[in-house]
Amino acid sequence: MIELQNLTKTFHSNGKEVRAVDAVSLTVNEGEICVFLGPSGCGKSTTLKMINRLIQPTSGKVLINGEDTTSLDAVTLRRQIGYVIQQIGLFPNMTIEENITVVPRLLGWDKQKCQERARELMSMIKLEPKQYLHRYPRELSGGQQQRIGVIRALAADAPLLLMDEPFGAVDPINREMIQNEFFEMQRALKKTVIMVSHDIDEALKLGDKIAIFRAGKLVQIDHPDTLLAHPADDFVSNFVGQDSTLKRLLLVKAEDAADNAPSVSPQTPVAEALELMDEHDRRYVVVTDGANKAMGYVRRRDLHRQQGTCSDFLQGFNATAAFDENLRILLSRMYEFNRAWLPVLDAENVFLGEVTQESIAAYLSSGRSRGMKTNIVSPAEQVAS
Amino acid sequence: MANGYGKGLLGATAIVVVLALLVHWIGIDALRQYQGDLWFYLQAHLELVLASMLASVLVGIPAGIWLSRPQRAHSAERFMQVFNIGNTIPPLAVLAIALGILGIGAGPAIFALFLASLLPIVRNTYEGLKNVEGSLKEAATGIGMTPRQVLWQVELPNAMPIIIGGVRVALALNVGTAPLSFLIGANSLGSLIFPGIALNNQPQLVLGAACTALLALLLDGLMTFASRTWLERGLAPAR
Repeated sequence: MIELQNLTKTFHSNGKEVRAVDAVSLTVNEGEICVFLGPSGCGKSTTLKMINRLIQPTSGKVLINGEDTTSLDAVTLRRQIGYVIQQIGLFPNMTIEENITVVPRLLGWDKQKCQERARELMSMIKLEPKQYLHRYPRELSGGQQQRIGVIRALAADAPLLLMDEPFGAVDPINREMIQNEFFEMQRALKKTVIMVSHDIDEALKLGDKIAIFRAGKLVQIDHPDTLLAHPADDFVSNFVGQDSTLKRLLLVKAEDAADNAPSVSPQTPVAEALELMDEHDRRYVVVTDGANKAMGYVRRRDLHRQQGTCSDFLQGFNATAAFDENLRILLSRMYEFNRAWLPVLDAENVFLGEVTQESIAAYLSSGRSRGMKTNIVSPAEQVAS
Repeated sequence: MANGYGKGLLGATAIVVVLALLVHWIGIDALRQYQGDLWFYLQAHLELVLASMLASVLVGIPAGIWLSRPQRAHSAERFMQVFNIGNTIPPLAVLAIALGILGIGAGPAIFALFLASLLPIVRNTYEGLKNVEGSLKEAATGIGMTPRQVLWQVELPNAMPIIIGGVRVALALNVGTAPLSFLIGANSLGSLIFPGIALNNQPQLVLGAACTALLALLLDGLMTFASRTWLERGLAPAR
């Protein structure tokens, strides 16, 4: 866990005092990615560099796991914090292996351990150690260099990682891949990450928390979805863009937007199922077994004036939604299969509800958001209670 | 590869042709006559060059490093002016001054040559270190290197092509200036050239001059080869 308390930096230029960073306080919990976002010159990079004291704070404290770092020697502090910069900063005079093991060697690890660590890290980013370890940075592509830059920061297993626009210099296709790779690594290694970015999409994709900076001040720090749903002021809402609701599609999961749809069992008589559909004003209903596992659905027009049980008229799903898929994927699938609704299933196929155009719209306009509990309740919840 | 090989072959042929023409011009008899002198003076010349180069590298590189440190960012250019002025004095005048202070012989000659080759080394060390990318220094500091480690592990290795460039300029200057030390009584290839001029002895004069030039080329080639092999690995060749 890392905590900034009233971190401030003032510069003097032309006799005037300029507050580059003004009393920034925030907390990032262990294993979280916090993205510092803002226009250039807003103080986000300065704030980041005050954490590893590349810039000396004018006042304020940085606490890592509750321990004040002010008393620590800057070099000792930096060796405990991974650091990635936009320009990558691999040392051209060192081989890839030497680059990766720079910090472990500074910390005095023995040769054997360094070599093993380099191999382990290389396999994490799916680069063949034998082929690459003895090359020089100049001989690698930009994307490969940036991957090496990231694993170099991980080499000494520092619990905290600072990244200054780490994927800014990579082309869009590679950036997407490296972001995904990094996200998986971060989740597996549970590193606490603070990342500076000016790309709202990157922030939404990677951030557990987004901190928006403006003119040296921290304007808002929240879960990405909360930020999009409830921007603190006009500056934040302009910064996140006019299509902020569409951007939320990426962040909201199927289980959040699922409504409380009724279901029937295969043994339910047709008449009872028709009555249920009438009551809820629907043209279909999902059929589940005793363990609430989804088996399929029945349509009203199939049951009309029929006898027997629902199992006789069971239709299989041709498209379903997993509980952790985001709405953007689901909407795309709904258009692809020309469906107005999708059943939401968990990993064991248990039926959780349905996602429909209406339930998505209801969620997005309800004022609810991920990462935040409000007293505003969605229509689905109202029905349930 | 084939192209590089072809170029090498062409170069080697050109060198052989030039050498053959030189030998023809000087004459085999003259070569035999001056063989003993040639070896003796060549050795003396090399001693002058190596001693003075060693001294200027040992003084010049630390001086360049000292000037390039951030705390001297504002005063460094003024210091460089001192070195620049030192270099505007012609080597002949430096020799004369050295003669006045230190007397005659190899010592004053080495001192004068040392002064003459100092500037390119200091200048290039200073410029080379200043031009190491800021992002590399930031990365090095950010991951926890001490200023000394940044200097030794990042700045110096990456400034090496430019520093070596300065040493090569100094070396060529040094080899070319060393014959002048004949004038203050030190042995060098100048001991063939100046009597050659005085006695209008063409073969002797050309022999001394050609050997000086060849020595300069040879030392420069060795320097470049050694630097590429050991010092500039992984770096883009300086152009």
